[in-house]
Amino acid sequence: MFNLVPRREPSWLMSVATPVLALAATIAAGYVMFAALGKDPVQALGLIFISPLTSMRGLSELTVKATPLILIATGLAIGFRAGIWNIGAEGQYTLGALCGGAVALYVHPGGGLWLLPLMCLAGILGGMAWAAIPALLRTRFNANEILVSLMLVYVAGLLLSLMVHGPLRDPQSFGFPESKLFQAEAQLPLLVKGLRAHAGFIVALVVAVGAAILMAGYRFGFAVRTLGEAPRAARFAGVSENAMVWRCFLISGGLAGLAGLFEAAGPVGQLVPALPTGYGFTAIIVAFLARLNALGIIVAGLLLALTYIGGERAQVAMSLPSATTSVFQGLLLFFLLAADVLVRYRLAWRRRLPAGA
Amino acid sequence: MEARLKIDGVSRAFPGVKAVDDVSLAVAPGEIHALLGENGAGKSTLVKIIYGVLQADSGRMVFDGTPFRPQSPAEARQRGVGMVFQHFSVFEALSVAENVALALPGAVANTALADRIVSVSRTYGLDLDPSRLVGTLSAGERQRIEIVRCLLQDPRLIIMDEPTSVLTPGEATRLFETLRTLAGEGRSILYISHKLEEIRALCGAATILRGGRLVAQCDPRQETAQRLAELMIGETLTPPVRADERRGEVRLAINDLSLPANGPFGVALTDISLDVHGGEIVGIAGVAGNGQDELMEALIGERRTRPIAVTVDGEAVGHVGPMARRRRGLAFVPEERLGHGAVPSASLTENMALAETSRRRINWRELRRAAEAVVVRFGVKTPSVAKPAQSLSGGNLQKFIVGREISKAPVVFIAAQPTWGVDAGAAALIHAEIAELARNGSAVLLISQDLDELFAVCHRIAVISGGRLSAARSSGVLTAEALGRAMGAAHV
Repeated sequence: MFNLVPRREPSWLMSVATPVLALAATIAAGYVMFAALGKDPVQALGLIFISPLTSMRGLSELTVKATPLILIATGLAIGFRAGIWNIGAEGQYTLGALCGGAVALYVHPGGGLWLLPLMCLAGILGGMAWAAIPALLRTRFNANEILVSLMLVYVAGLLLSLMVHGPLRDPQSFGFPESKLFQAEAQLPLLVKGLRAHAGFIVALVVAVGAAILMAGYRFGFAVRTLGEAPRAARFAGVSENAMVWRCFLISGGLAGLAGLFEAAGPVGQLVPALPTGYGFTAIIVAFLARLNALGIIVAGLLLALTYIGGERAQVAMSLPSATTSVFQGLLLFFLLAADVLVRYRLAWRRRLPAGA
Repeated sequence: MEARLKIDGVSRAFPGVKAVDDVSLAVAPGEIHALLGENGAGKSTLVKIIYGVLQADSGRMVFDGTPFRPQSPAEARQRGVGMVFQHFSVFEALSVAENVALALPGAVANTALADRIVSVSRTYGLDLDPSRLVGTLSAGERQRIEIVRCLLQDPRLIIMDEPTSVLTPGEATRLFETLRTLAGEGRSILYISHKLEEIRALCGAATILRGGRLVAQCDPRQETAQRLAELMIGETLTPPVRADERRGEVRLAINDLSLPANGPFGVALTDISLDVHGGEIVGIAGVAGNGQDELMEALIGERRTRPIAVTVDGEAVGHVGPMARRRRGLAFVPEERLGHGAVPSASLTENMALAETSRRRINWRELRRAAEAVVVRFGVKTPSVAKPAQSLSGGNLQKFIVGREISKAPVVFIAAQPTWGVDAGAAALIHAEIAELARNGSAVLLISQDLDELFAVCHRIAVISGGRLSAARSSGVLTAEALGRAMGAAHV
């Protein structure tokens, strides 16, 4: 039998190797799963992991899906590092889309070069405002931020629904709950003509790189890490926990809000109740897959985006169940958390049973 | 007479180090046997082997005439070995009886158990009320729980790990009486300590370890403390020299500082006042849990007070945080090394940043150089400053933290237990650096439970007890007895 023996210090090699290990285990489990379903596993895995990379359209879609994942995960990872758990990015994303979209609809059909920046600002502020609620309740009343932020996701979804059923509904929508299509000035510039890839992807990359620099070279990043690893040492260094709760929630909320606005002003082009599709939750997987490292988030975000697009393709081509994508994402997180134990422990052959065990 | 415990050529290696190397010793029935050695000498490994926590790689042990190789503490206890640990494993929110019951297999905290606790504590002079909440007890009383817990299993060999490190001199004297009673009944005691005077007063035999090897076996009553220390360290020891007092202006002033208790088992600080002048080293003595932690938090700035409650060079800083205080030239060494004075998982370079005051960018290259300088100047043993703090031994990490703070050339240096768990050589180095700091005009405040340390380095000593601080008196006119009485005042 194997025994888990604590390492003297966490293994650096393992912290890099475990995400790869988890991905390999996910593919292996997927292979078994497809075989059990009576589908050709090689074809299915090829459709999911390779086919999206072989066409311009596939690559374009990849960036479209990766944009919100990278933006949201970058913000979440900062908080997670500090031990501050914003689980409600989905709600902040929704509020970002709602607030930014409302700006576009308010001036509709007017607009100009100023409109998109204004929408982005509104989106960020909307996400921040929604994130400020759990931050306030945590710092004032010591309410658990995990529960509060998560619950607000559902409130945000209903709020969006209410608005597009009511004040923001397109009068010519024949009763459908949707807003007007955004005017051209309110739509994100496309990267390649005819494809959906938009400028938001560039912003996401810049944000991730910026976060990496902030975490590595600035006192804020140091404070975040110290608070997460040794709260008492953080106090010793003059880090205020309440201030950090606020900052982490405002950063992650703002980035989630920006991601929501990008989705509304990019591929969707209007406000609809179905705007939140779970990016806020998938981004949690992205953040952990990347070991909360901002540069890793770019890779992990693209990987998770791949499972979205590939999963869709496999669904259509091989009539696989629509849960395929979620199952893959779940497997990946599951194996990652399981493999994590190897960072702090190593496997050793058990020589003998300890007495009295 | 046949030995109670006979150890013959026992060795135990860990990766890269032979922790115990061919050690033999014999403990007679009714003997109080001292196990002496610096940190890392192999005392704890040897004791863990006897108590069944670890197993020896080679060698053999005989207990009361039969081969002895316990595979677990439960087996060791069943054979008649009991242990009283240095750090108590008690639950503050439970009563004394409940804490005892938790340690006894199958016991329930009922009146029968309470009667047994009372009878054992009467017999051995260990006053304990079974119904009291442990959170309300002093360290000495908590230790009595551990001893009673151990005695209820009727052990023939009792291992005591640095039992006096948390006691007032008065409490220690009472403990010695208990130990002598136990020995008089024929129980053997293996007594681990590095306090040489108490070993000379208490023990009839001593085994001295250094670097895992046995260096001497002697009757400590026949040796001088100086000689025992030299055997322990393996070199001639120069006693610390108190820095000449060149008293300057008041640099650190604490003015009527009061702070409410933090939580049910915290201590409230009441009207604490103290001036520390430039060039002066002032000590605060006291038994753990009398407000030292709270005072330290208030001085570091982790808890804020009225601005005027703490002043540095006349400037009020009671209302500002640690960074602002550091900018005014304060430096701090908290008692807890891992998790307070250092981030366990972070590298030494990153740990340098805990004492940084720059608001924005962190210059890691500069910090790495600073960390390397501290490692060299204070003789910190580590392969590299990129190693995490938790990979260092306790003494080495302490040297690093003290070094980090002293390297800031502070005008006011405040340290809690700066040499706790540090070997004698490192302690001497730390004391010398502190004295040098004072000689250069800094004010130094030392909070310590080690009276020897305070008498050796401090010009004046005050006593904290129950969250109140006595007036500081010149250490030249104070006696250990007088200090001990003041330290125990809150518990008598």
